[in-house]
Amino acid sequence: MSDILDILLAANFWAAALRIATPLIFGVLGALICERAGVLNLGIEGIFTAGAMAGWMAAWLGAGLWGGVLVAALAGAAFGLLHAILTVPLGLSQHVSGIGVTLFATSLSYYTYRTALPDVSSPPRIEAFQPLDIPILSDLPFLGPALFQQTALTFLALALVVAVGFVLYRTPLGLAIRAVGDNPSAVEAQGLSVMALRMGTVVAGSALMALGGAFLTMSAFDAFFFGMVNGRGWICIALTVFASWRPGKALIGALLFGAFDAFQVRLQTEVGAFVPGQIFLMLPYILSIAALVVVARKADYPRALLKPYFKGQR
Amino acid sequence: MTVPEEAPPIALSLSGITKRFGALTANEAVDLDLRRGEIVALLGENGAGKTTLMNILFGHYVADEGEVRVAGPDGTLVPLEPGSPHAALEAGIGMVHQHFTLAENLTAFENIVLGTAPLLSARLASRAAREKLQELMRRSGLVVDLDARISRLSVGEKQRVEILKALYRDARVLVLDEPTAVLTPLESETLFETLKALAAQGLAIVFISHKLAEVLAASDRIAVLRLGRKVADLPAADCDRQKLAELMVGHEVTMSRREPQAAGEVLLALSAVTCGEGRDTVSDIGFALRAGEILGIAGVSGNGQAMLARLLSGLERQTSGDIRLAGREIRAHDAADMIRAGVARIPEDRHRDGVVGAMSVAENLVIEEIRSSRYQRFGFLDFRAIADRAVEAIASYDIRCPGGSAVARLLSGGNIQKIVLARTLDASPSVVLAAQPSRGLDIGATGDVHRRLLEARGRGAGVILISEDLDELFALSDRIAVIHRGRLSPPRPAEELDRAAVGLMMAGQHTEDAAA
Repeated sequence: MSDILDILLAANFWAAALRIATPLIFGVLGALICERAGVLNLGIEGIFTAGAMAGWMAAWLGAGLWGGVLVAALAGAAFGLLHAILTVPLGLSQHVSGIGVTLFATSLSYYTYRTALPDVSSPPRIEAFQPLDIPILSDLPFLGPALFQQTALTFLALALVVAVGFVLYRTPLGLAIRAVGDNPSAVEAQGLSVMALRMGTVVAGSALMALGGAFLTMSAFDAFFFGMVNGRGWICIALTVFASWRPGKALIGALLFGAFDAFQVRLQTEVGAFVPGQIFLMLPYILSIAALVVVARKADYPRALLKPYFKGQR
Repeated sequence: MTVPEEAPPIALSLSGITKRFGALTANEAVDLDLRRGEIVALLGENGAGKTTLMNILFGHYVADEGEVRVAGPDGTLVPLEPGSPHAALEAGIGMVHQHFTLAENLTAFENIVLGTAPLLSARLASRAAREKLQELMRRSGLVVDLDARISRLSVGEKQRVEILKALYRDARVLVLDEPTAVLTPLESETLFETLKALAAQGLAIVFISHKLAEVLAASDRIAVLRLGRKVADLPAADCDRQKLAELMVGHEVTMSRREPQAAGEVLLALSAVTCGEGRDTVSDIGFALRAGEILGIAGVSGNGQAMLARLLSGLERQTSGDIRLAGREIRAHDAADMIRAGVARIPEDRHRDGVVGAMSVAENLVIEEIRSSRYQRFGFLDFRAIADRAVEAIASYDIRCPGGSAVARLLSGGNIQKIVLARTLDASPSVVLAAQPSRGLDIGATGDVHRRLLEARGRGAGVILISEDLDELFALSDRIAVIHRGRLSPPRPAEELDRAAVGLMMAGQHTEDAAA
């Protein structure tokens, strides 16, 4: 019992939780705004991969780290545009289109990587983002190492939580996005374009998702590996429901998942001798399913989610 | 029509509007002028093209021919860009749709200001917008809680939000599509008072309706549409119900009359039936329905008639008491058993329970008989037989649709009801359960429903007519019972009752001595 307490009280546990949560924060913010506009974006897993690959490759080719982040966002936006065209003006099934985008973005990323680097045995590395040293805050006892020794991308993710919340709840644009996900005819009756709103939101949301991927190759690690996204996109889809489509709750959900994950790694070293390691790997997923069951039963889905809108249709 | 010298300026002018959907012509060369301060009623049966015309005006549809012109702030008429709700709003046209266009997850205030500020501005224009709305609410008498979520508002309040949306955008022309369809009589009265006050302030108002009484009471001028054409445009003062009804339908209207007829043996008997808990329940009710009679069940909606209908449809099972159909007790019954036993069900919510919206008219017509050999060949569906049945039913029930393969969802309420009637009554049922069968229908369709129910009675079927409409109940029923809070009064011959007595019983007044 005291072992578990030791884990929870260590500063490096909380630092790890925040680090693991960062890509999820980007992803769940992206998924959340798409769904607020009425479009489920299952392209997320592939968009993560594309962001990871494109950001890393741009940096490796000399675009600089922030250049890489920009390229990742653009790559995400491009796949987002594809999903938006298929689902908004064409009104195709959002499930099918999303899974198609995931398969396409993933395989195109792998293909590009293999074509650019045909015969390397170990993946080339870049100079990744380093933890920022923030005066005073980083030196606080416990809180410093726990919260303020992260890379710039983590702080960007936290800032985006506030920014997305502000846009959604405090601006006319956010109002229109929330309305179009609930009742598109309300938006059209007020003279706004349902199509432009939905497409713009999906493109922007996809760019956010790609930043989650870029974090993996440019901050968490310093290279691109096949399979490195490893279901993080799908976790974000679940976290969106868990968060009731609210940015603040999305942050909590991502941190919770990050904490589970960091906890299982540490628990493994304590009791790993008696229990197979795979059990621990499952732990965060089992807990997130359990959390989802509790929360999602009462979930208040955007009413127009998954429903294509055609102008003038009854 | 004579226009007085000092007639106010024209606010809106539609000329030669024609709109076709495939083979169907929804509007044909319709002209309509609207003056400032005037309330015009657009009257017509379902499917006459009223809503289509207004949707063209608001830019939801583009007319194939014709032009819409709107008066600018200086009074000159300018052509309106077709197909753009945005342009219509800019030109000062506000529309209140029959199905509200409100986002339920937002507050009333948010719905009203939605789209009024540039999307990329940094903040919602709160203070000034709120002050303007307070002023509008004071001036129009349309008061709502601006910070309440739409999902928590009543239907009447939602409609007020819709009107405020238009007024907030400084609408000079207000269009309302069937504004009273969802309102209680009292709410409707209040609405029309508000509209009159707004017209007095210079607003030009068009409202769509098929209810003669409200059209006569609330409008200055009445334009009648029939089959997409404008057939009359008269001052309301020159009209009466009979004249309007005939203009709408295109021929003389005669009310269906019930001929005296002796009732036969008992077809359906309920005794001490109890079911459900909470608001929509029936408790300890009993009655006997005889062949060749119509038993009216009067009551204000929500007093257990929906549960009674579900019970008799086989969708619900009683917790106690028994139901006998042709002398046989029915126990473990479900909907299919009830259909086989000869119970025809005309459900209250015809769009949801009466048809499968995504399926065709033909499929909906045969859906209850899909297992009969009539529509099968070697175990497969016989599509030719189904199509033939559709052609026959469309002709004999006058179902207005492009054909048997048309999707049911796209039909008007009256035509959907005709599908239900054709499906259920052509099977020569012994018992007909008609729940609110004419609610929301126009005179023509209501007349059809009444005629068909009387035909079923004439054939020897027993009909249960659940209705809130006393005119309907007294015109059709041989006997009337009143349901209140789940309890049913003993049925009494309609001749022994009067409307006031039934009205009191519906409100829960003591039943025995209220009968005349």
